Amino acid sequence: MAKLYIDNHFADNIDIENVAIESHFSKFDFIRQFKRTYGKTPYNYLKKVRLSKAEELLKYSNLSIKEVCFSVGYSSISSFSGLFKKEIGIPPQEFKKAFEKRTDMIQHKPLKYIPGCFAEKNGWKKSNFKEVE
Amino acid sequence: MITKLSHTVIYVLNHDSAYEFYVNKLGFKVHTDAPMGEGERWLTIAAPEQENLEITLMEITEGRKYTKESAEQLRKLIKDGTFGFGVFETNDINATYEELKGKGVEFIKPPTKEFYATEALFKDDSGNWFSLTERQK
Repeated sequence: MAKLYIDNHFADNIDIENVAIESHFSKFDFIRQFKRTYGKTPYNYLKKVRLSKAEELLKYSNLSIKEVCFSVGYSSISSFSGLFKKEIGIPPQEFKKAFEKRTDMIQHKPLKYIPGCFAEKNGWKKSNFKEVE
Repeated sequence: MITKLSHTVIYVLNHDSAYEFYVNKLGFKVHTDAPMGEGERWLTIAAPEQENLEITLMEITEGRKYTKESAEQLRKLIKDGTFGFGVFETNDINATYEELKGKGVEFIKPPTKEFYATEALFKDDSGNWFSLTERQK
């Protein structure tokens, strides 16, 4: 399946035309069929998978921006950063910093981020959870 | 006037296993994953096309929230498949069914045309039931 191929090979230099050939469709029919099934063209789906993986690596790994860029299949840091900013809203470096700050705040001031129906039920309240002012 | 649902919850037996199931098998995105002390964890995910609805994966363990007895009772109910937590939508149920089955997701019912939609039923790694539907076009 083309989607699984993209899911598993997003970091490679994927040629959508070759994926279409492997799927035994013409390029036109392949793109139309893919979009009908997954709501996005194969190009846009590949972009979404790469950026989603980049978000995950920026959030939960210690990789540098350059390493993240190469890990998700882009070869130019400026193109990657520009695309990331266009799609996500902020550059990768700022995204990473904002996430680290938010995670830190969630751990130290949970009541500012976690809705009360969950926090209170879990006992994450001021009286028994150490909040750092 | 209430306008939207922003957070909801799925009770799970184990955070690591639920992460593997929802993120690596179903393809959900991790919204927040933060340790909360005393072995607790705040883990929320979101469906790929619905990032503004956070789904909290809440592990049932004895601790600040549950007594030993109530945790055991709730864990048993989950394992026994007592809860149906929701309906997930797809554009192509047959393709999604084959993909998820290939990843080891346990289906109770294959895609079947019903009055309201074409629907399949599956269980998560804890035992919770879900519908997978493709709306009538």
